[in-house]
Amino acid sequence: MAYEKDLNLEATELRLGLPGTSEESAEKQTSATLRSNKRALPDMNEGSVSGDNHSNVAAAKKCDQETASPTKAQVVGWPPIRSYRKNCLQPKKTEAETARIYVKVSMDGAPYLRKIDLKGYKGYPELLKALEDMFKFKVGEYSEREGYNGSEFVPTYEDKDGDWMLVGDVPWEMFTNSCKRLRIMKGSEARGLGCVV
Amino acid sequence: MQKKMAYSFPDEVLEHVFSFIKSHKDRNAVSLVCKSWYEIESWCRRKIFVGNCYAVSPRMVIKRFPEVRSVEVKGKPHFADFNLVPDGWGGNILPWIKEMAGAYPWLEEIRLKRMVVTDESLELIAKSFKNFKVLVLSSCEGFSTDGLAAIAASCKNLKELDLRESEVDDLSGHWLIHFPETYTSLVSLNISCLGSDEVSFSALERLVGRCPNLRTLRLNRAVPLDKIASILHRAPQLVEFGTGAYAAELRPDVFSNLAGAFSNCKELRSLSGFWDVVPAYLPAIYSVCSRLTTLNLSYATIQSRDLIKLVSHCPSLQRLLVLDYIEDSGLEALASSCKDLQELRVFPSDPFGVEPNVSLTEQGLVAVSLGCPKLQSVLYFCRRMSNVALVTIAQNRPNLTHFRLCIIEPKTADYLTLESLDVGFGAIVEHCKDLRRLSLSGLLTDRVFEYIGTYAKKLEMLSVAFAGDSDLGLHHVLSGCESLRKLEIRDCPFGDKALLANAGKLETMRSLWMSSCSVSFGACKLLGQKMPRLNVEVIDERAPPDSRPERCPVEKLYIYRSVAGPRFDMPPFVWMKDEDSALGLS
Repeated sequence: MAYEKDLNLEATELRLGLPGTSEESAEKQTSATLRSNKRALPDMNEGSVSGDNHSNVAAAKKCDQETASPTKAQVVGWPPIRSYRKNCLQPKKTEAETARIYVKVSMDGAPYLRKIDLKGYKGYPELLKALEDMFKFKVGEYSEREGYNGSEFVPTYEDKDGDWMLVGDVPWEMFTNSCKRLRIMKGSEARGLGCVV
Repeated sequence: MQKKMAYSFPDEVLEHVFSFIKSHKDRNAVSLVCKSWYEIESWCRRKIFVGNCYAVSPRMVIKRFPEVRSVEVKGKPHFADFNLVPDGWGGNILPWIKEMAGAYPWLEEIRLKRMVVTDESLELIAKSFKNFKVLVLSSCEGFSTDGLAAIAASCKNLKELDLRESEVDDLSGHWLIHFPETYTSLVSLNISCLGSDEVSFSALERLVGRCPNLRTLRLNRAVPLDKIASILHRAPQLVEFGTGAYAAELRPDVFSNLAGAFSNCKELRSLSGFWDVVPAYLPAIYSVCSRLTTLNLSYATIQSRDLIKLVSHCPSLQRLLVLDYIEDSGLEALASSCKDLQELRVFPSDPFGVEPNVSLTEQGLVAVSLGCPKLQSVLYFCRRMSNVALVTIAQNRPNLTHFRLCIIEPKTADYLTLESLDVGFGAIVEHCKDLRRLSLSGLLTDRVFEYIGTYAKKLEMLSVAFAGDSDLGLHHVLSGCESLRKLEIRDCPFGDKALLANAGKLETMRSLWMSSCSVSFGACKLLGQKMPRLNVEVIDERAPPDSRPERCPVEKLYIYRSVAGPRFDMPPFVWMKDEDSALGLS
């Protein structure tokens, strides 16, 4: 118990955050990412360094005071800004990178459509897994030669030219750029697209 | 008995007279005149305000005021806004709703701030109050769009649904569809806090189209720019409007539709929203700018020159919220264009960056204080300040009532003299005799608190961070500020002495918050024992405070006066004295 032997500096120290609070906003700040490197470098501490948390924290605090470096421990709740304001500021910079691509997804026999953001997936495996979860079906094994094998459900998409294509044939980037909407075909209609039942 | 009659009016007359007295303070005063006035006032009071939900119990309120139609309740302390109050601390409105469901079947209005509101509470509201009209949830959390659906479906006389700044679990945009087609009484709808899921737009359009009394509509970010025109055409009578994301590919037809729709709105006085602004679309609002009194651009990441162009079209502006992209030059333009300005809030665009990313300094605030004679309320984030600037502001604007300055780096000294900012803030409290709210920042010693205690006689709320040297600072405030109701302090070297010496003062205030200070657990216990009408809550997420020596400082401390005694819903990380421990030892 660290508490008995000191004046409980921890009550007033600067730290990343209280247990349980999210450190999400910390991760988004470039200055904050440097902070975590600071703590991990024991050679920056002049005093004795033991493995435990307490002296690392105290040592890091000492570092903050010694070096006027641009990285410092971020204080919880400071500056006093509501979290919804913080969330609004970041997106502007990465807006171009994370422009969403929403496409409608229909499944034969399902009563209503869904919408997904293709930019939210890194590739086909993620996308197919998400579709499987969303519509409660299994997609079967994909092969270039035979299409989807082993399931009566086949994922297809309509491309920019209005043609219905099998999901998985073209590279992922090309797919996300040309996909207008998705349709999970079932049964007999699926056969024409290379599904071997 | 007879001789008193000459001086008393029949109850009906008194009731009629009291009905003209609206303010809570005045009604409270009326109730203190004599026993019969107390009784009459009690059963004809229609609106109650509970500043701290734990200061009184719902049963006590209902017992005293049986005919209430409108209730306003506040929960968590203000610092909860900055994540200083752990999740699960409390502030759940359900016990209140349950009691009121039985006692106030004719309840019309519920306004809540910083409270936990679950779907169960919303469903109970929807079910219990047949004439329910107004629901305002300000900075609340704990509910989802399912709860909103229940309100929409059941509250046939609903006029106002305002979710300002609440955290809503956005399960589906379809909750709006639950407003029946026969429902036409909407006056105010604020859904700006809803997430990025689209609200069912066609339902929204139909709702707006069939509610002729709609005067306030604040959309959420997900509503695209190209849908605004269609909404505005259905509600040209709007007085307050909040856009969604104000961005789209620049297209002349979209622009002219938008500009045309705005120009149709002759009553429009307030605009907000403006997430993700594409500056080329800003001129679409120029036709309404001359009448605008409130403009909230605090999400608009646009540069100074676009902001300058915009505010120069708004000579009637009274309230401006903006990001620091406006820069000093923009504030100078504001000062020369907007002579009616009463309130200015400047938020930081890069709060965690160490180097300034914009050219916004104390000069901008000085310019506004010089140029805007009606300026009363300021919230300003900046990175440097000087005593001479603060003195200038104070001397030029003695009419300030709210002054909240946040110098982003704690303990920043006067950049010109490297001294503390005691003198500058001292000038503020000395000259601004009607100051009701003050937030301090920068390098400050006990001296500033001496000034505050001496001069800030009307001060009701004080926020302090990283300031002071000793208990003397706290003592000055507690002993000098006669009107103080709320005091919140973080990271200051204030300990036991000032608190215990001014224990009585705490009963005259709504609440005191202290976190990361030097108040010991022993002092908290003592205070709790000495003052039975104070709830002394010790909040500590690390370990129970009694697992450490009594002299160890507590992590967080929240003290508030209460006639309801200790609360029953404390989570494991909150300790309060109970009846037994008042007598026992640790």
